[in-house]
Amino acid sequence: MNELSLHILDICQNSIKANAGLIQIIITDSVIDNIFKIKIIDNGFGMDKKTLSEVSDPFFTTRTTRKVGLGVSLFKMAAEMSSGNFKISSTKNKGTTIIATFQRDHINRAPLGNIEETLIILILNEKNINIYYEHNYNNKKYIFDTREVRNALEGIPFTDYNVILWIKNNIKEGIINIQKEESV
Amino acid sequence: MKSLDDLKKIRDAAQSKVQMRGKNEGIRVLVGMATCGISAGARPVMNKFVEKIAEYNLDKITVTPVGCIGECAIEPIVEILQGENRTTYCRVDVEATERIIKEHLIGGKVVSDYVIGKYRL
Repeated sequence: MNELSLHILDICQNSIKANAGLIQIIITDSVIDNIFKIKIIDNGFGMDKKTLSEVSDPFFTTRTTRKVGLGVSLFKMAAEMSSGNFKISSTKNKGTTIIATFQRDHINRAPLGNIEETLIILILNEKNINIYYEHNYNNKKYIFDTREVRNALEGIPFTDYNVILWIKNNIKEGIINIQKEESV
Repeated sequence: MKSLDDLKKIRDAAQSKVQMRGKNEGIRVLVGMATCGISAGARPVMNKFVEKIAEYNLDKITVTPVGCIGECAIEPIVEILQGENRTTYCRVDVEATERIIKEHLIGGKVVSDYVIGKYRL
C-alpha cells in the first residue's frame, strides 16, 4: 500500500467489525519534531490479552476462510520501516487504540495520500458509526466530526450527491488550509 | 473553504427531494474492501460507485464495503446483487466501474469483459 490513508481505511474496517460506535482518527504531522503520527481509537468490543499479543503476527486472523491476516502487520511494518514504532492496546468491551509513529522525513515514509476518499468510505458505513477526524499540522488543527455534520443535515442522508461532494471538499481544503497558513 | 453554512444550503435543497428508501429493495453493490482489495485499488473504485450513483440519483442502489471472499489475486472484486441474481466482477478499475454503472446498473446488461469467469486462476 503506497499511501498511509489506505492503511487507515484497512485498520478502520477492524473497528467497524468490532461494532464501534465512534472511530477517532488523529493525525499529527510535525515538521519541527520530524514526526508523523497516526492514532486510531475505537470504542468497539476490544480484544483480550491473548488476541492482542497475536494481531501483528501475519499468520493470525479471526477469519475462518484462510490462515493469514495482513492488515495490522502491514501497518506495523510501514511504521518500523520508517524508523518509527507501532503500539496497539486494547481493553475487552472498551475499545482498541493503535498508535503508529513515523520519522517524518524518512525515505520509506509514505505520504498520507487521498484521506478524503478513505473517510468518505468510512462515513458511508451502514451502521451509522460516527467518525472523528483530527489533523494537526505543527500547531494548526483541522477537525471533521460526523456528529456535527449529522446535526446540520437534519435527516438528509450522507449519500446525497452534494453532501458527498461537500464532505470531500471540506476535508481536502481543510487540510490544505492548515498547511498553507503555516508556510506564510 | 466549504463551510457548514454551505452544507445547510445543500440540506435545504435536498429536503424537497427526500424519499424513503427500503434497505433491501433494488440493487446492492458490494465492493471487497479487505487488505487485499484495498491494496489492489478498491478505494477509488468504491468512491466512483458512490459518487456516480449519487450523481445519477439511483436511490434504489446501495453500495457497501465488504470483507474478503478469498480470491485475493483477482481483486478488486465487485458483486452486484439483484433479486436472485449475483454477478461477480473482478480486477475492476475506475474505467471498468464506469462501464458497470452505465451498462449494468443503468442499462441492465452484464459487462461480460470483467465477469469472474473470464479469468483463469
